[in-house]
Amino acid sequence: MIALWRHRRARLGLGILGAFAVLAVVGPWLVGDPTAPVARPLSPPSWAHWLGTTGQGQDVLAQTICGARTSLAIGFVVGISQVAIGAVIGACAGVLRGWVDDVLSLLINVFLIMPGLPLMVIIAAYLPTGATTIALVLIVTGWAWSARVIRAQALAIAGKDFVAAARVAGEGRARIVLVEVLPNMTSLLVSACIGATIYAIGAEVALEFLGLGDVAAVTWGTNLYWATNDSALLTGAWWTFVPTGACVALVGFALALVNGAIDEVGNPRLRAEPVFEAAVRRAGRRGAVSTPVLREELP
Amino acid sequence: MSYLLRRLALYAVAAWASITLAFVLPRLMPGDPQTAMFARFEGKMSPEGIAALRDTFGFSDAPLAAQYLTYLGNVATGDLGVSASHFPARVGDVIGAGLVWTLWLTGVAVVLAYAIGTALGVLVAWQRGGWLDAIAPPLLALVGAFPFFWLAMLLLLLFGFTLGWAPVRHAHAAGVEPGWTLAFAWSVVTHAALPALTIVVATVGSWLLDMRNTMIGVLGEDYVTLAHAKGLAPRRVMLRYAARNALLPNITSFGMALGFVLSGSLLTEMVFSYPGLGYLLIGAVRSLDYPLIQGLFLTITLAVLGANLLVDLVYVWLDPRARVRTEAP
Repeated sequence: MIALWRHRRARLGLGILGAFAVLAVVGPWLVGDPTAPVARPLSPPSWAHWLGTTGQGQDVLAQTICGARTSLAIGFVVGISQVAIGAVIGACAGVLRGWVDDVLSLLINVFLIMPGLPLMVIIAAYLPTGATTIALVLIVTGWAWSARVIRAQALAIAGKDFVAAARVAGEGRARIVLVEVLPNMTSLLVSACIGATIYAIGAEVALEFLGLGDVAAVTWGTNLYWATNDSALLTGAWWTFVPTGACVALVGFALALVNGAIDEVGNPRLRAEPVFEAAVRRAGRRGAVSTPVLREELP
Repeated sequence: MSYLLRRLALYAVAAWASITLAFVLPRLMPGDPQTAMFARFEGKMSPEGIAALRDTFGFSDAPLAAQYLTYLGNVATGDLGVSASHFPARVGDVIGAGLVWTLWLTGVAVVLAYAIGTALGVLVAWQRGGWLDAIAPPLLALVGAFPFFWLAMLLLLLFGFTLGWAPVRHAHAAGVEPGWTLAFAWSVVTHAALPALTIVVATVGSWLLDMRNTMIGVLGEDYVTLAHAKGLAPRRVMLRYAARNALLPNITSFGMALGFVLSGSLLTEMVFSYPGLGYLLIGAVRSLDYPLIQGLFLTITLAVLGANLLVDLVYVWLDPRARVRTEAP
């Protein structure tokens, strides 16, 4: 944790995330009712309304700030739940091997191979609209990505001597999974969590943009939904959708920064790489590369 | 079991799961989708008319198992029922019309993005630590952080409405008669320009990073060092020795990414009112046209599964190592 704080990029990322978290918690009290019409529809940014107004005369700044609460909450809840499910299934598959692994791997691969959006749409279309539905749909459709990564890591850890020792000592299977294997991949779990959260925020915004969420609620996704529905683009009202998109990207960017930093802190080789290369360049050599480190990315 | 057989089994299970899901979901849900759908006709139609309509849409009171068998038979023969919002058009015909446009738009955009991204990835990896390597990956990663359809909205506003460089909606101009004419072809190409540009901009970064990573791995191999030692021209080493081999693993990620790209392109279609599957999907969701939603879900899912299978076959054909390996890559 301290090492992470020393990392410059991690500090930037955590700073941005912290700012958004504070905004999400206290913001709605600061800006008042985001759904109340306050000025002429689609008026451009001004001193009274910093980011202009929507097609229904609502304040865009207030909507953007209030939207953060639901969107971030869904993002983090989904991210953590996905990894929790992925950890249990992935670790069981990796540790127990045999037919359990065959069945679970098949399950993971089936979920991986099905395209996400149509699956989300068909499930969300039949459930009652709302934040819970969106969260559920995202958890069901997204857990397999973390499960795959965690299974691979669990396979590697389960082959280590200390796990064999635990088995000989008579530890139960559940204990081996929960106490021996999972704690030994904490950095992977955290990084999978962050990746899943980035994915969840993007997917949540996309689903609500399609009108599958509760369109009366104020979230980042519904903001964009109304921006297209009120033909903001026709009139050149960029302020109705640019702030929300920028916020989504900024949160994603901050999470990616933290993720990269965790990688580097947890993996000394990755940290040493820039130093090594700089030394090679200083010596006036080129072409020499340190052993490559490949990062597997969650989409 | 050989690699290919395992993959085939996987695709079969995935296809069966999605077909069954489309059957089970409407019947599991709280509330009654049928009633919601037919509520719109309430008052405008006699009860007998609604009963006839229910029959047309394939809702029946037969036991579940019998319904399931009928349903499987219908899917196998490509009979997906009648669309509610495009009544009385069959779902199959509605989807067929949209499929052409989606295949054209996504196909062109994916090929362009893959070619550009992979070429850039080769260059970036070759000049590792150079200026291109310092600028391109972070910049494209930043672009990739924006929601897909948000980029579409931005490009639409900028190039479509403000600058007026390209048409802003539909797949071809209303006045142009579809046919094998130059005017129609031009209209189709210009109308695809902005949506395709969106997809290319949003996805080129991931291709680049993919290629860069595999390429860096390959550059560490002994045969590349040997090629250098033989005194071959750097260009030749880069293209014929390193890039050629790095392309192989890249092909697998091509299949994996297809579903993701397709999801994005469906959203892009909506922003540009491009009459493909994505546009149909949103129309179906908004008008509660359940038969069309189901049909679209099945079409898109099965298409992605088919494309993945194709990629696997190509991979096995290209890489002899895959034929002996039992575990999936």
